[in-house]
Amino acid sequence: MNLRRDVFQAIADPTRRAILLLVAAQSMTAGAIASNFDTARPTVSKHLQILTECELLKQEQNGREISYHINAKKMKEVANFIEPFRKMWDDRFNKLETIMKKYSR
Amino acid sequence: MEQKTKINAEDGKQELVITREFDLPLELLFKAYVEPDIVEQWMGTKVLKLENKKYGSYQFETTDPKGNKHGFNGTIHEFVPNRKITRTFEMENTPFAVQLEFLEFETLTDDTSKLTMHVVYKSVAIRDQILQLPFAQSINMAHNRIQEIVNKLK
Repeated sequence: MNLRRDVFQAIADPTRRAILLLVAAQSMTAGAIASNFDTARPTVSKHLQILTECELLKQEQNGREISYHINAKKMKEVANFIEPFRKMWDDRFNKLETIMKKYSR
Repeated sequence: MEQKTKINAEDGKQELVITREFDLPLELLFKAYVEPDIVEQWMGTKVLKLENKKYGSYQFETTDPKGNKHGFNGTIHEFVPNRKITRTFEMENTPFAVQLEFLEFETLTDDTSKLTMHVVYKSVAIRDQILQLPFAQSINMAHNRIQEIVNKLK
């Protein structure tokens, strides 16, 4: 439970990315988040646990319920860190694709 | 929108994997890595030498806006047409140690193909530094979906 979670692995999972997008729009309870997925509730809970452990989500006690909201600082850190490197390769590969479309097999 | 180029760089590891799917048949994707004049176009570098064979080597040179020349070179360990290239990559006159690259090319459909580039660095620290290089260099950074949302939260 207290293992150091890998944030990059956390955001590599499509369900966890979808959860982040949902929660980014507004804070939500675990139940409300789970209702957006066909996945079993415990699976969603596991994803929420991972996202919380790597600090992409923060928990807040709201009466009897716990609501989740996004940790913007951490998200920004992760996105900024890797995005320009990805963009550099993406630009190169886009160029490659455009150039090669002029050739025939 | 699903991103065409993906980077998987796990925390604390000295490697990363770049994957990209192309709207190109496998043969054309591979050709882009083999023909020097084509490599020059998409890599934005001058190709001084490119020997596509086992024990072969390559040498690239770029000129920055200030007119300084930067050399890159490596040795080719495996060269299997339309399948794989294994090579080293070194940025000359930089503190970065040489890296090992495994490039794998696969067919997806008749008109699409996929490249998987597995890069191994000397240390975690060097990998993380290299990952941050374009961050320092980029002025016009494109924002991905997550960043757009984060920016709205500021």
